[in-house]
Amino acid sequence: MTDHAASPSKPASTFAETARKYALFVLLALMLVGFWSAQPAFINSANLFSILQAVSVVAILGVGVSITMSAGGFDLSVGSVAASSVMAASYAMVVLQMNAAETLALVLLMGAMIGLVNGLLIVRVGVPDLLATLSTMFLLAGLQLIPTGGRSITAGMMLPNGTTAAGAYDPAFLILGRGRLFDTVPYPVIVMAVVALLAWFLMERTRWGRVFYAIGGNETAAHLAGAPTKAYRLWAYVLSGTLASLGGLIVASRVGRGDVSAGNSLLLDSVAAALIGFAVLDKRRPHVLGTVLGAIFVGVLLNGLTMLNAPYYTQDFVKGVVLVGALALTFGLGKKKR
Amino acid sequence: MSTSPAPIAVSVTGIEKSFGPTRALAGADLEVGAGEIVALMGANGAGKSTLVKILSGSITADSGTILLNGKAVSFSSPSEAQAAGVATVHQATDQAGAAGLTVAENLTLNELCGTGSFFVSPRSTRKRAREIAALIDLDLPLDRDFIDLRPAERQLIAIARAVAAKASVLILDEPTSSLSATEAERLFAVLRRLKESGIAILYISHRTGDLAAIADRAVVLRGGKVVASFAKPIDFSAAIAAMIGRTLDAGAHAGTVSTAPVLAAVRGARLIPGARPFDLDLRSGEVVAITGTLGSGKSRLLRALFGLEQLVEGSFTLDGEPWLSNGPARSIENGVFMVAEDRWASSLLPPEIPGASIAGTIALPHLPRWFPLGLLRETRERLVASEAISRLGIKARGPDDTLDQLSGGNQQKVVLARWQAAPCRLLLLDEPFQGVDVGARADLIAAIRNSQSGSATLIATSDTEEALEVADRILVMRDHSLYEADGSQEGGLAAVIGSVESAETRADGTGPAS
Repeated sequence: MTDHAASPSKPASTFAETARKYALFVLLALMLVGFWSAQPAFINSANLFSILQAVSVVAILGVGVSITMSAGGFDLSVGSVAASSVMAASYAMVVLQMNAAETLALVLLMGAMIGLVNGLLIVRVGVPDLLATLSTMFLLAGLQLIPTGGRSITAGMMLPNGTTAAGAYDPAFLILGRGRLFDTVPYPVIVMAVVALLAWFLMERTRWGRVFYAIGGNETAAHLAGAPTKAYRLWAYVLSGTLASLGGLIVASRVGRGDVSAGNSLLLDSVAAALIGFAVLDKRRPHVLGTVLGAIFVGVLLNGLTMLNAPYYTQDFVKGVVLVGALALTFGLGKKKR
Repeated sequence: MSTSPAPIAVSVTGIEKSFGPTRALAGADLEVGAGEIVALMGANGAGKSTLVKILSGSITADSGTILLNGKAVSFSSPSEAQAAGVATVHQATDQAGAAGLTVAENLTLNELCGTGSFFVSPRSTRKRAREIAALIDLDLPLDRDFIDLRPAERQLIAIARAVAAKASVLILDEPTSSLSATEAERLFAVLRRLKESGIAILYISHRTGDLAAIADRAVVLRGGKVVASFAKPIDFSAAIAAMIGRTLDAGAHAGTVSTAPVLAAVRGARLIPGARPFDLDLRSGEVVAITGTLGSGKSRLLRALFGLEQLVEGSFTLDGEPWLSNGPARSIENGVFMVAEDRWASSLLPPEIPGASIAGTIALPHLPRWFPLGLLRETRERLVASEAISRLGIKARGPDDTLDQLSGGNQQKVVLARWQAAPCRLLLLDEPFQGVDVGARADLIAAIRNSQSGSATLIATSDTEEALEVADRILVMRDHSLYEADGSQEGGLAAVIGSVESAETRADGTGPAS
């Protein structure tokens, strides 16, 4: 790699390939070094874990998005599912007075059911993926406001029927979002790591993952090869919905109340993470490792810029620049024409 | 060739074109006179489509000259060729016009897109469309959407547009391959009119029936060169001999009557309502080819056996048991495999997808049986793929190569290897030699014939020559019913071609197949 300019065409293209493959890793390392030299406090375990904690929800949702993408679909409802899960978890504990375990089970089940509805709309009714999940996105964004009359949920709040909510957040529930393992590693980071590992294993190391990708690549070919394509696509949305509600649970346990504006940017951030992931290792397809790395990449960049006193309102601009760059890297720049 | 009575409309001299190491055209010469219909014949890979692409401006020749009405021309784009008066009607009729626009709008498309007036009203469009339609006596509802038209009608629209654009040379690439006999007859009537008006027509087809009906002269292309030219009346068996480069003989494998037990049987099958029901027996170890025109029902029979479609009437048996599949999964479980036509659309994955390698492509349908616990073991996939690569002579660097790096013939070998990787009872191959060069075809045929212990193979192909090369027995599909090919027992390519041709023109049958 040192004398690539002098080497003949074949090794040079190999160098370009290698460069494209690891471009995001190199950029990430450069960013870490850059921020560290500008602001030494950037590199300490507390800050690094706070970055990971900040991106954990986006990464978990992004994994769901990349699973549906790999099966040739697209789940636009993940942000709304997460937001509804925040409200549902709060409602379950504050109004229905459930405990932490019941709340977790209820909300995850709700996410799976929403995914099932998405999937059925798509494979049974035949609504195109984007349109089906766009409509459930709208539906949920509205539905989550109805039980509380459009207000956020806090302990002791006034309900629409005039009574006062009797319950409160279960302290055990709050551990999920606020606790740390060995006082260092936040639980959301551990959840993210476990989800990423399991999803990576499913998608890259099992035959089921292979079939998900085959369906996304050529559904007819997968069908003619005997794969139950409809069942797989249904499962992709169930997984995506469940992961989105898991993300919502983490948000709820961190915020500690049912905030109606929670999860506003989650959809775009998680889709961006999945798309940035296309460029990781030059895979040019959705993949779990890339999605997680994409989320971390954006998280590091935003955290570093904030430390350097970049104004809050530049964040979306920065994300946009990263996304454009990553997609140009994936689909265009220096790509060999076959 | 220089004795054409009419002035030469287009003349091609010493055209060469190479794609990498492949020489598609090696100095082809061709002349078409004004008012002459010249049939361009040639086997797959002979260079027909390359020549057409050069004439129509899609690609440029490496060397050689094209004279159009005496002037040297060189087209760098299809629109230049069109402007110079060379119009091409391609085989794929969905490109002949724009979906979403009406017949009238499509007829006037050239004017809408460029040379016409800036303002268009529905009234003026219809008026102009009627004038254009009148040029070839085209009678179509002007308000119909292009997408609802039949292929024949789309083709006529493309021809009408070419005539309206004052084309002096009209190239037709396999125009009748998707037409019924009456539609073809109508097309011929249009072509004869155009010929009267002095347009030079280059007609590509390997259906001798068509060529006999309209061609003034047949030119045979082989190995990128014109090897023979036949004036009217055209001796088609000599033309076909020139096309394939050897004399006609009986099918390579035909003649031996199999006495093995019947493996799969079709009884009283009616493919579409109103079609004549037919029977078919496939014996163990037998390779049977069904030939016939596009849309005659060959694919439908294969798809019905594989469980993608249902028979209107009739039944299948497999090893004596009734066989009715509800889809690919059940068929594959029971050892009934199908290679559908158009391998990119039906079998292969884009290169960035995991499992798009040779190993993954072969493994895809067998994943549940190879890896019941779900965990992939790539060594197993690679082992099967390496074995297939050496057995079938697949030209690749290794099992991890993606399919887009392979030639058409090698891709098809991989697809065949996929279905030879598991015990098979009935192998259904739909147009298995599509886009496969002659050498790879011989390898594929050998592979198909060598895997025949205990299974039967049913091949659908519209190419009679392919059918003769691969099959023990040839049947002809016509109007969704199956007929024994005349004289396939005592052999002769001409006999089989004859029965395909008669299948296209005659209404009565020659008796049911086996």
